[in-house]
Amino acid sequence: MASLLAQAPILIIAIPLVAAFLTPLIGMRGDKARKALVVGSLAFTAFLVFALARDISITGIRVYTLGATAPGLTEPTGFMFPVRIILEVDGMSIFFGIIWAIVSLAAAIYSFSHIASETGQIRFFTLLLLMVAGGFGMMLTGDLFNLFVFLEIASIAGGALIGFRNRFGDTQEGAFKYIVVSAVAGLMVLLGTGILYAQYNSLNMAFLAQAIQYTTLDKIALALFLIAFAMKTGMVPLHLWFPDAYSVAPASITGMLVITSHACMYAAFRVCFTLYGGVIDGLVVGWIIIILGLLTMFVGVTMAVYQKDVMRFMSYHAISQLGYMWVGVGVGLAVLGTPALLAYGRDAMTGGIFHILNHAMYKPLLFFTGGALFYYTGTRDLAKMGGLAHKMKWTTVLYIIGTLSISGIPPLNGFSSKILIYESVFRFNPILTIVGIIVSILTLASFTKAFHSAFMGAELPEYKGGKEVPKSMIIGMVILAAGIVLITLFPSLIVSWALHPAADALIDHGAYINAVMGAVP
Amino acid sequence: MDYMPLNFPFLAAALLIGIAFFIIIFKRNLIKLIMGIAMMASGVNLFLVALGYRVGGNAPIYTNVPPGPMVLPVPQALTLTSIVISVAVLALMLTMVIRIYRHTGSLDSEKSRRMKG
Repeated sequence: MASLLAQAPILIIAIPLVAAFLTPLIGMRGDKARKALVVGSLAFTAFLVFALARDISITGIRVYTLGATAPGLTEPTGFMFPVRIILEVDGMSIFFGIIWAIVSLAAAIYSFSHIASETGQIRFFTLLLLMVAGGFGMMLTGDLFNLFVFLEIASIAGGALIGFRNRFGDTQEGAFKYIVVSAVAGLMVLLGTGILYAQYNSLNMAFLAQAIQYTTLDKIALALFLIAFAMKTGMVPLHLWFPDAYSVAPASITGMLVITSHACMYAAFRVCFTLYGGVIDGLVVGWIIIILGLLTMFVGVTMAVYQKDVMRFMSYHAISQLGYMWVGVGVGLAVLGTPALLAYGRDAMTGGIFHILNHAMYKPLLFFTGGALFYYTGTRDLAKMGGLAHKMKWTTVLYIIGTLSISGIPPLNGFSSKILIYESVFRFNPILTIVGIIVSILTLASFTKAFHSAFMGAELPEYKGGKEVPKSMIIGMVILAAGIVLITLFPSLIVSWALHPAADALIDHGAYINAVMGAVP
Repeated sequence: MDYMPLNFPFLAAALLIGIAFFIIIFKRNLIKLIMGIAMMASGVNLFLVALGYRVGGNAPIYTNVPPGPMVLPVPQALTLTSIVISVAVLALMLTMVIRIYRHTGSLDSEKSRRMKG
């Protein structure tokens, strides 16, 4: 067990990767063997993530050097700088790891029935596991070039999965947009990495964070990183591809794509707070992020109000919710290094990160219920649905939980994180809070409208004969709903166990550097 | 040669990336768009390879190395990885374009576009 835990950072990436390439082999032995492999590997990975999280909360940042005789040996004997690939796991990385582990497991279980009528299921699960490996890699790595490689692994697998139902024309269009955006974003990250390597001769984030000067070239690199990651998360001027790609993917994949956009957000935070942590002009970059975040919130929700396609409607809400997180963390960045950080900046960041956790539970849940509606009715058009609450009792209840949570109705978890953002951001600038509350009201209004047109009313004749969606889809949704209920019941415990360590890991970039560079004799 | 005249490779890389951005933003033909991305990848790769040049260093080819310091072969390794990744991305994009062409009969991004709003 102890040796397993010592190797945990690499195993978390390697197990889904190996399982992905075993899937075609074991899948030949039948459906059951394939399902057992997928669920088994993801559940074991989730177990390792939780064990590693517990270990990190006790012993602090974990460093894993690939190819070294001991995982903690970051610099080879005789060298004064890290040359090997290093995985570095702190409170922030493992927080995203936990989210990804839960959502990918729920999405895999949900997929078993959701795509049961499609051909090429073996390939579907191979790609799904590859995407899981890519996402974990982005979250755990401490090396800029590795970040690019894992970003591309997740993007290629994600793009292929969006276009998986290739008998529809629109899936190909959405997938093409996604892969173009990902390719351009990936190349921008690579260019930024090259610029930093040209000046400091290293790819290791801790080494770079120690050496960085904030020259003009560094600013260009920072802009490249931020634009690339903002593009991947669908921040407002660059959001046009987002609903197209998200609405056409199989619902389970849409749920996972939400978390890969969170992973890109994690990468943006990592670049701002850790890589440039000591030198960044927080006020300027922070305000840029806040203003774009506000625009994202507002444009997302106003576009969502009149959508008729259920998945598209939810995609625009995903854009809008991502704005809350940018604003929360942006306020933290704007006051970084000033006394205001302790007064309210840390709370704003905690709120933003809390919102990531909540969003990662309720948004995939809502996408899954949208997928269940599609599964039942064969259409995504809300105008053609009606009276579905009579037949789909589970889906209705789960949709209500997700709706109340996303609209921030007390006492659900969406409320806890939004109130944390509102209170702390109000002390920074009251206008931000006012916009936030307006967006929240519009969210509730549009979800109520969608609920009414899909679930309420008399039973429509064309949907009389149907049955509730299969068990595995309900299990996938219930996993996420259980997460929502747990966070709702114990918000203060979550804040002190998971969120404060994550926010502090961002603020304290010295600890991140010391974990790698501290080994210098 | 002891020095790189006028940073010529960097200028070439910047030019390639600039043209590629122009193509990606303004061209409507999907195949041309893909060519733009391929060009951007080449520009970034050229930039990385140019970084590998250090004044007075030898190329890190172990079987045939003159005496003196060797450069650290990190940029070369990055370039190889990046080439492999861009091949995968471009192949995937081309398959999608074939599918789009079959569904809509057009490669024009304005005409084959269905989703709006």
